[in-house]
Amino acid sequence: MNTEKYPSALLENAVNEFSKLPGIGRKSALRLVLHLLRQEKETVTAFGQSLINLRNEIKTCRICHNISDTEICKICASPVRNRSLLCIVENIRDVMLFENTHQFNGLYHVLGGVISPMDGIGPNDLEITSLIERCTNDNISELILALPATMEGDTTSFYIYRKIKDKPVKVTTLSRGVAIGDDLEYTDEITLGRSLVNRIPYENSTGK
Amino acid sequence: MYIDEISILNFKNLKDVQVSFSSRLNCFIGNNGAGKTNLMDAVYYLSFCKSFFNASDQINIMHNEEFFIINGIYNRFNSKEAVSCALQKGQKKLFKRNSKIYNKLADHIGLLPLVMISPSDVNLLLGGSAERRKFMDGVISQYDPNYLDDLIHYNRAVFQRNNLLRQFTSENYFDQELLSVWDSRLIEHGNRIHLKRSRFVKDIIPVFQKYYSFISMENERVGLAHQSDLYNSSFELLLNDNVNRDRALQYTTTGIHKDELLFNIDEYPIKKLGSQGQKKTYLVALKMAQFNFIAEISGMKPILLLDDIFDKLDRNRVEQIIKLVSGDQFGQIFITDTNRSHLDGILKEMASDFRIFNVTSGSIQQIQ
Ligand SMILES: [Zn+2]
Repeated sequence: MNTEKYPSALLENAVNEFSKLPGIGRKSALRLVLHLLRQEKETVTAFGQSLINLRNEIKTCRICHNISDTEICKICASPVRNRSLLCIVENIRDVMLFENTHQFNGLYHVLGGVISPMDGIGPNDLEITSLIERCTNDNISELILALPATMEGDTTSFYIYRKIKDKPVKVTTLSRGVAIGDDLEYTDEITLGRSLVNRIPYENSTGK
Repeated sequence: MYIDEISILNFKNLKDVQVSFSSRLNCFIGNNGAGKTNLMDAVYYLSFCKSFFNASDQINIMHNEEFFIINGIYNRFNSKEAVSCALQKGQKKLFKRNSKIYNKLADHIGLLPLVMISPSDVNLLLGGSAERRKFMDGVISQYDPNYLDDLIHYNRAVFQRNNLLRQFTSENYFDQELLSVWDSRLIEHGNRIHLKRSRFVKDIIPVFQKYYSFISMENERVGLAHQSDLYNSSFELLLNDNVNRDRALQYTTTGIHKDELLFNIDEYPIKKLGSQGQKKTYLVALKMAQFNFIAEISGMKPILLLDDIFDKLDRNRVEQIIKLVSGDQFGQIFITDTNRSHLDGILKEMASDFRIFNVTSGSIQQIQ
């Protein structure tokens, strides 16, 4: 129930939009909007314009499905990266995490989620077909499965492993010191970097 | 292992209570509703991080109060352990061991082993098979932390597989390859759970039968049997054989989540044929076997809580139970009752250290 009285419909609109953001209630929204009102016009225009540009001009890399300013992202376009090494991650945040470790010089493949029937997400909702194609056509020698250590992440890894196990591609996975169920996001850079360097063959990582 | 003292603030009807216990026998006398069972529950809470009775933590906060706190001082392998639990309304409970907060409550389970025998044990007999699986799971996870992990993963995999089966129907397609990925998760965790459950039941049967005959002094033969699809076939074959049925019913019809524990007396289900006294004796013997099992594995004598145990048992059986718990394999014991008549009989049997407390409307006084 909205019982607040706003002196301006413009103000109310702005508060409504801010309060749609995760973790922002109406009180915080009002505080943020009033803060913006106290700024120079140019500052606020730049703020608004950056959001509009972001939404209109951002692209998804055609190769790895990372977000990018160009059709092909900086990582995929880089001449110095090892193109035969492919790290499979759940989302864009994970790419940033691995890049921050400075321990990885290969390419990525962003799945866009993990298999989870309860959320209605199946293999066709993810970039799995394009991954198989890359494994077939792109001279990939090693695939690193770096999905979260949850039931759904592990199951997705297993699904992918079964799809490509007959191809001449080595499949590895992160060696983990982190507890089961922890998302990659909560792992610090050093631990993550180490688990990448000390990766193990996928067959040795499970009881299967 | 035993609890030396407890202090309680605002837990159910216990407003402000401090009690020092005997390391052997503690008797609490009071009317129903006076708070004896709440005191038992506070002790239970410190071992299991939750109430024996209420699934919701918040309900345990005294009416019109903002929080509850339970502090316990234990003697464990001759060293002192301070354990405390605090819960503020609308917040997560804080559990501490020697002033250090636990990140995972599961890490605490098993530190202070405890067995509670209460009138609500009858749900084991009367309730559905889930109650009996919960009994097995509760005992096994007290000494095997990996078991709980397997159980959580297994249940999650069943839940996801059921969702997938429903999706096949609602979207009118079928993907065997995708289903089999979930099958492999069920098999991985389910096989380990099966092995541990079957070992547990096999080990507990002889002890259970020994206790039953001791308490009942009769010749009836009681049995306990673990029933599971996995005894008849490999889990993989079971899932393959049932795939059409699973698709039709849109849930996973076979697996360790269908396990049953059969309670028999002279080869018949005790639920149908047992007398009140036999049923009650059966449950007490089962819990005593559980006690024995945990004692052996943990190397500690668990705390034993006997809540209102004398109801519905004849004098002979009560005497036998007392004889049993006076023995050396039992340690600290808490007994509640509405009057002293049973207890005076017990105290004659047990020459050892004891204390008697009076419980009236939430306050506890030592009287002897
Ligand atoms: Zn790219």
